[in-house]
Amino acid sequence: MTLHEHDVIVVGAGGAGLRAAIAANEAGADVALVTKLHPVRSHTGAAEGGINAALRDGDSWEDHAYDTMKGSDYLGDAPAVETLCQDSPEETIQLEHWGMAFSREDDGRVSQRPFGGLSFPRTTYAGAETGHHLLHTMYEQVVKRGIQVYDEQYVTDLAVTDHEDPEDRVCQGCIGYDIKTGQLNGFVANNGVVIATGGPGQMYAHTTNAVAQTGDGQAMAYRAGVPLQDMEFVQFHPTTLPSTGVLISEGVRGEGGILYNSNGERFMFEYGYANNDGELASRDVVARAEVTEVNEGRGYENDAVHLDMRHLGEERITDRLENIIHLATDFEGVDPLEEPMPVKPGQHYAMGGIETDENGETCIDGLYAAGECACVSVHGANRLGGNALPELIVFGARAGRHAASEDGAGAQIETGSSARIETADIDVPTELGRVETGSDDAVADGGELHSGSPKEVVNRALEQQRERVETLMETDGINHADVRSDLQETMTENVNVFRNEAGLKQALKDIRACRERYQEVGVSDPSRTFNTDLMHTIETRNLIDQAEVLTLGALARTEFRGAHWRQSHQERKDEEWLKHTMVAWNDGAPELYYTDVLLEGESKKYEPKVRSY
Amino acid sequence: MSTHVSESESEAQAGTDQQTTDRPAAQQRRLEKKRASNDQREQADSSTETDEETVHLKVFRYDPEVKDKQEPRFDDFHVPAKKGMTVLDALIYSRDHYDSSLTFRHSCRQAICGSDALFINGSQRLGCQTQIDELDQPVRVEPLPHQEVVKDLVVDMEHFYDQMDTVEPYFQEEDLPSGLDEQRQDRENREKIKMSTRCIWCGACMSSCNIAAGGNYLGPAAINKAYRFVMDEREGEDLKQQRLETIEEEQGVWRCQTQFSCTNVCPKDIPLTEHIQELKREAVKNNLKFW
Repeated sequence: MTLHEHDVIVVGAGGAGLRAAIAANEAGADVALVTKLHPVRSHTGAAEGGINAALRDGDSWEDHAYDTMKGSDYLGDAPAVETLCQDSPEETIQLEHWGMAFSREDDGRVSQRPFGGLSFPRTTYAGAETGHHLLHTMYEQVVKRGIQVYDEQYVTDLAVTDHEDPEDRVCQGCIGYDIKTGQLNGFVANNGVVIATGGPGQMYAHTTNAVAQTGDGQAMAYRAGVPLQDMEFVQFHPTTLPSTGVLISEGVRGEGGILYNSNGERFMFEYGYANNDGELASRDVVARAEVTEVNEGRGYENDAVHLDMRHLGEERITDRLENIIHLATDFEGVDPLEEPMPVKPGQHYAMGGIETDENGETCIDGLYAAGECACVSVHGANRLGGNALPELIVFGARAGRHAASEDGAGAQIETGSSARIETADIDVPTELGRVETGSDDAVADGGELHSGSPKEVVNRALEQQRERVETLMETDGINHADVRSDLQETMTENVNVFRNEAGLKQALKDIRACRERYQEVGVSDPSRTFNTDLMHTIETRNLIDQAEVLTLGALARTEFRGAHWRQSHQERKDEEWLKHTMVAWNDGAPELYYTDVLLEGESKKYEPKVRSY
Repeated sequence: MSTHVSESESEAQAGTDQQTTDRPAAQQRRLEKKRASNDQREQADSSTETDEETVHLKVFRYDPEVKDKQEPRFDDFHVPAKKGMTVLDALIYSRDHYDSSLTFRHSCRQAICGSDALFINGSQRLGCQTQIDELDQPVRVEPLPHQEVVKDLVVDMEHFYDQMDTVEPYFQEEDLPSGLDEQRQDRENREKIKMSTRCIWCGACMSSCNIAAGGNYLGPAAINKAYRFVMDEREGEDLKQQRLETIEEEQGVWRCQTQFSCTNVCPKDIPLTEHIQELKREAVKNNLKFW
């Protein structure tokens, strides 16, 4: 066991983590990145679309903010949204100054293109691989600055003091498990810890997210006392390949690709799902139409429908959609020039996450979060295409800077329990939270917190994690993969694009059963070298916690807003539901409450309007 | 320890077409190869009754600290076949259903994170990008040759990362426009560096290269990274000069013997050998300038 000490520790090295580390470094801090992968393996690299930034004459950050508030179905917080839109141009050009290979116009300036829900073509892009270029460009700058990277180091828990009220707690560091050697390491953060661990897509059986997207940061922050916000809002992408979840870009439908059911009908029109826009209706509409077709017996095997682009002709397809040919051939074994591609909806993006203010700070002193794992909130009930990448760089930079300088100045968004406006009162069909057993070692979860000097706090957390690892290694128990697949199955069945009360209650019961079975997991690989069995086992615990929060929020929210659809509640109910859902771990007894949505911007109020395109 | 490289692998086509420019794009070749092998397979399937129920994998196993795995061995896994199944899918299935200690790197499952470059039936490929039904069975899955094996299919990537670092893999221009003005770059110039920027650091090229084996040759990926900056007009002449000096050093471009093995295995179809050749020419031109 080793103790590493730095001013700022950034957990996760995707877009938000890298940007946070660079910002902290530029603010003069000694910063280290800790990642369970290697930075260039992070899932930011899979982002295709682009970065929304108001760069050109005729566009303005105010227009970008208006579009984003509308797209969020008025669940975004105006101070966060305005910050995103004000900072994005500078952050985007910063990437260009770091050499990012953006696509170019004839005059040599960076290209921008139109995207759904935008009033101006402001999506700045680098081919169909914007995320790949963004990730590598920032990693290059990390190398240039000599920032320390602890790669293949899995952070299993935060080291937080044990004050009763989470708002009094201080984060002093975290604990990392060196995957290569099996050694546990303590990381002492003199100034702050920034969580940037990405999305939790692995809660679902079918997702565009990487296998590593288990939302570890959300689960750790949650158990340390930070509420998770608006977790019920999950974006499903309508065209993903059935066997892997690989995403087939909207570009196929944009170019004229057609969706068919197994009767050969163009169902978007034939069954009236979207008589005007057809295949180009918004993501949630198309996804629900596909599931309906399958449920009514008009689907293909693997719950898929067909996406056909053959009529576009080989020349046009090769010219504009060449990468689709490779994706379908490599990942589904289907040549889209010769036959239609099977597609189905897949989990794509989590709008909710760790509650932060617009500086990335949580209610726990010294604990920050940025990127998909965080909820500032800029995406509200639904994220616009092209708004994920600017979130990474804008709030990554802000979190890094603030963690380095310790000036908590000027946040308009209030966090923690003091922002509470109302405590929820809902019927749940089962117990939630911690499973009461005599010995909780196998699932030690940071619930037992410590006080003392930063090093003492980290050392004791380290000892607790050592016991946890030992117990998991020694237990001759069930394989976590069985528990995980049960969890994914119920989430996919009951907390998908269609949600109703009975299904959500069933999911809560199933999640409870997973939690109870998890008490019996054991790691059967006895090795200390590269024990991925152990890492995946710990991840599964994190998924269970988040699935419970998500489902609880979905059960409480009896309205249809953005990506959250509820049977028997088919309208947005602003009088009742214009508020954020918060779930706090509450030392093992989860509690649901609500906070205000901030619609008041710098100089205007965003009045809720009907979200139609 | 390290696995040995299979001899049938290196196709010695050196010199025959290194200067040819009208060769079909690498990706086109790859697609055609796939279509041809699919056709062949269909014919084979109709003539002989093969067992279509399961896929047979032979997977390399080794763990330095587990007693019965200290001697490298191959384990057999029989996985239920599914349409569209990739080698990675089959490995995940084997781990989750048969042996949770089976160890391999993987993350995105879509050929962008570069974690799962493996030696599959004697060739460096990404597990996620390789359809099972285009392979002969049993499918032999081994760690990348020429790298130290950490455990099972996991190899030590440190040498690869070190070589990348050698070429100062970051944009260094400091004479930048102010404020929200971007540097201008011609479309043609962006097109010129496009393929080189697609590298996902998987290490397949390095593993396939006989010259990089066991030595200190920078290797195709690092040289390609240098190419990406040398050719980028946004970096000034001085930096270009400096970069050319680095890649001309003893372990640089001149060690490449244009065997095209790196180009053949690159999962992102980067014309690596061409890039190395082009840098050789740049270096010569550059040296003549100072003569």
